[in-house]
Amino acid sequence: MTKKAVEETPPFVETRPSRVHTTISGRPIEPLYRPEDLVGFDYARDLGDPGELPYTRGIHRTMYRGKVWTMRQFAGFGTPRETNARFKYLLEHGVHGLSVAFDLPTLMGRDPDHPLSLGEVGKCGVAVSSLQDMETLFEGIPLDQVSTSMTINSPAAMLLAFYICVAEKQGISPVKLSGTVQADILKEFIAQKEYIFPPRPSMRVVVDMIRYCTERLPKWNSISISGYHIREAGSTAAQELAFTLRDGVEYVQWCVDAGMDVDGFAPRLSFFFNSHSDFFEEIAKFRAARRIWARVMKERFGAKSPRSWMCRFHTQTAGVSLTAQQPYNNVVRTALQALAAVLGGTQSLHTNSLDEALALPTQEAVTIALRTQQIIAHESGVANTADPLGGSYFVEKLTNDIEADALEYFRRIDAMGGMVGAIERGYPQREIQEAAFQFQKAVERKEKVIVGVNEYAMEEKPFPILYIDEKVAEEQVGRVEARRRSRDGGQVRAALGRLQEVARGTGNVMEPILEAARAYATLGEMCDALREVWGEYVEPPIF
Amino acid sequence: MTDRKLRVLIAKPGLDGHDRGAKVVARALRDAGMEVIYTGLRQSPEQIVSAAAQEDVDAIGLSILSGAHLPICRRVIELLKEKGMEGVQVFLGGIIPAQDIPELKRMGVAEVFLPGASTQDVIRLIQGAIPAR
Repeated sequence: MTKKAVEETPPFVETRPSRVHTTISGRPIEPLYRPEDLVGFDYARDLGDPGELPYTRGIHRTMYRGKVWTMRQFAGFGTPRETNARFKYLLEHGVHGLSVAFDLPTLMGRDPDHPLSLGEVGKCGVAVSSLQDMETLFEGIPLDQVSTSMTINSPAAMLLAFYICVAEKQGISPVKLSGTVQADILKEFIAQKEYIFPPRPSMRVVVDMIRYCTERLPKWNSISISGYHIREAGSTAAQELAFTLRDGVEYVQWCVDAGMDVDGFAPRLSFFFNSHSDFFEEIAKFRAARRIWARVMKERFGAKSPRSWMCRFHTQTAGVSLTAQQPYNNVVRTALQALAAVLGGTQSLHTNSLDEALALPTQEAVTIALRTQQIIAHESGVANTADPLGGSYFVEKLTNDIEADALEYFRRIDAMGGMVGAIERGYPQREIQEAAFQFQKAVERKEKVIVGVNEYAMEEKPFPILYIDEKVAEEQVGRVEARRRSRDGGQVRAALGRLQEVARGTGNVMEPILEAARAYATLGEMCDALREVWGEYVEPPIF
Repeated sequence: MTDRKLRVLIAKPGLDGHDRGAKVVARALRDAGMEVIYTGLRQSPEQIVSAAAQEDVDAIGLSILSGAHLPICRRVIELLKEKGMEGVQVFLGGIIPAQDIPELKRMGVAEVFLPGASTQDVIRLIQGAIPAR
């Protein structure tokens, strides 16, 4: 029987309207996949065994049999002291790695007493205004025994400098530090919008940081090239994949153009994806990511080291999919999304807490999120074999299709002179905005069902949440003011002057940033010094 | 003048860059026939109120997902009063704890839209809250 004949025979005849049979990204899905969907498919060329080119089936030969993924829960709120306690709680309960959420003033390079910090201090993350706060944040946590991921972008160089200084004070050599700074400025312009400086000087800081990490921090991931925020802003799965990997290409190109050897730095590039609700589309996206990256690194950049070819990535379940209505349902959503990430071969995973559409998570909610990962790892059996879905007609076809869509975006972006050029034209921003609007319309037409929101809604009782009051801001401002009084002002001014001098020239900005950090210059002071040299980016307000 | 289009300023105050909701709402209001002005990101309460005066808007829609809503709304409403613009209705959308809603209403926020709100509800409530002029 041909595929068409099968589809036209009961019980395959459509019983629901066809508009229902699309992925969350709007991709049509057929009722059945068969061998003819994979005509020309070649195992060795298109899949390869796990640990072999093009890594479609995973970057390690034994995958989770060798080592289960890193369970890394993103955390941060209030004062450095409060977050230090949450970190210790998470470490006691089985997380393998820390992941710091900073508050908006920190993310935007502002001190807590800046007028725009009004109401923001300690709210959606922890406030870290100077080296002093970083010392408190990691008090009692030896930095050579944990790996730490820091979600920080525009001021990534400063936060990395604070972290290195804490290690120095703990008597730990920087060569032993493992972890990541996100430092992905391109996705800030595209989606997350936490930019400070214009794109080109921002890219220069990233290149300087990658160079510094390559030379001094051999175990540190110099960047986490992120699709997470692109997806949260409303992109489709294919856009997330395409823009993230094309951002990766942009960073590699800038580093190569700056004279760096591709195999020197590429092995420490890491990626960060979203795991959204459309189960198979997400798995296909992860598999396609590895295949595209391996081919790009080998063919476009001539990388020779297998470690340069491997797309290593962290995954976080989709915050945007969580509902404020019937919050317990979010445990189920997160479990399915986490399972997709594991079946997609992620290296590390954050599972969202059930209350995150309402507020920052409570300790109880965080514990359930972590237990979700532990249940997948230890009870479900899915970690016993590598790429268990490899060879599925559906999954392989979806992997091919999503890869083809991503490569089409690559062609368009290349034609705009690369990602910086595309961003300056507003291209990825508009693509995402359009996808977000179309999704909202589909939800309002009930073409896409969100359980508890546009279907199956019910009356609910108030839900207990973590509440952060305004006292945190007062405390933080008090600490910063006290430190400004107790430090050597002359030393701070000299260090900031040197930072501006290097910023105007071509040297590596990491050195003067470290010097300023050691002198207890605040984050806001360092960023202001650079704002004076490079100016600030303002996005045209289009919608 | 009953055929005058409703004029709405959509604003992103504070340091929050999450603009997905603001842009979706801005576009939905425009599609519903309103004149929509979007401030762009990181506007101080002073900048927002001054834009509202300049554009002669009927309503301001503030989008805040970072938890900074209480002090920001308080300041925006104070500034509207100082400028004699009490007639401008203030709407708020974002991640807002239920326990803050009574306080927001007390200070004069006309309506708070939470995650999952449909753009049709936003349109209906804005139209309902503003008398024809």
